Amino acid sequence: MAQTTRDLLVDPMVDNNPITLQVLGICSALAVTSSLTVSAVMALAVTLVTGFSGFFISCIRNQIPSSIRIIVQMVIIASLVILVDQVLKAFAYEISKTLSVFVGLIITNCIVMGRAEAFAMKNPPVASFLDGIGNGLGYSLILLMVGFFRELFGAGTLFGITVLPTVNNGGWYVPNGMLLLPPSAFFVIGLIIWAFRAWKPEQVEKREYKIQEAEAH
Amino acid sequence: MEGLLSLAVKAIFVENLALSFFLGMCTFIAVSKKISTALGLGISVIVVQAITVPTNNLILTYLLKPGALAWAGFPEVDLTFLGLISYIGVIAAMVQILEMTLDRFFPPLYNALGIFLPLITVNCAILGGSLFMVERDYNFAEATTYGIASGVGWALAITAMAGVREKLKYSDIPDGLQGLGITFITAGLMAIGFMSFSGVKL
Repeated sequence: MAQTTRDLLVDPMVDNNPITLQVLGICSALAVTSSLTVSAVMALAVTLVTGFSGFFISCIRNQIPSSIRIIVQMVIIASLVILVDQVLKAFAYEISKTLSVFVGLIITNCIVMGRAEAFAMKNPPVASFLDGIGNGLGYSLILLMVGFFRELFGAGTLFGITVLPTVNNGGWYVPNGMLLLPPSAFFVIGLIIWAFRAWKPEQVEKREYKIQEAEAH
Repeated sequence: MEGLLSLAVKAIFVENLALSFFLGMCTFIAVSKKISTALGLGISVIVVQAITVPTNNLILTYLLKPGALAWAGFPEVDLTFLGLISYIGVIAAMVQILEMTLDRFFPPLYNALGIFLPLITVNCAILGGSLFMVERDYNFAEATTYGIASGVGWALAITAMAGVREKLKYSDIPDGLQGLGITFITAGLMAIGFMSFSGVKL
């Protein structure tokens, strides 16, 4: 194990981001990002679940028979998600209403499963915990970026506080209603991926089909 | 009957699981490179969805709801907090049973769909279907309709996406957008198309 604590935490944020590179956990990343508050709550929930599920699965990794490991992992993850769900319902009822089924869907969030399977089954508990938190943070980073753009340009607010006063309220900013609708999340993520890959060219995918150079006539 | 029909149309087009709730996106992006595999996965999703949503509905009605255990003599017990863990258990078990049944009785079908079945357990569209069923309080008939229709909607979306991507690989796309980036943007455009079924509300 040459990886240091710092690598475990920082590596998944940019160099090996679960969303832009591993294509995991996109489902919820798109649906809940129309406001920044909700994105932040969701990001926190996923980070905690990923971290702790890594920790607990890693604790019992030597006792799990490999033929039923998926279901054991599933049960651990589902119990953690139930915990998060109940806490949200008790202390942040409004937000839990907005998140609706997406809290439950953390169970099938591929990041949680993917890290459990790829990392926690082979590594000691503390390293798995940090790896989980790191990947959760990588996910949070994208989620917050998307939430930031969608709320700022879609409604002119951030965390519900007016930043760009809209025309309806006597300001100057004409909100782009498109950004509050679901499809805009696809565009924002597509553009974020573009930006990431322009910054880190080694992440660019190879073309499947090479376009032939035009010949001079 | 009319209610069920409109529910089905709504679940297939207007509230398409993939394009308006973003469920099952991981597989939607990963397995949509070829029409034939996309169609195979789509059909497996329809089958699994048609079985699990009604089953979870029965479990909710007769085991978990407040007062649901009255038949066993526990009218005050409320087990709804166990919902998530039971639904995912049912889904995992159903997928496993389906896999074994297909393997035993319909080997050609098993060979065609087999590789996709394990993927389906962790497909958010399946769990999402069950959770929407719970949230919207469907009865058994509605749950069955919703299960089938939402599966059909998902299959439709992934097949269409695969069709677009098969052509897209011949286009000249900027390097950074290659692969994942352009796939997202395509999905966004498709989602706008699907929204026109309800009328774009801006």
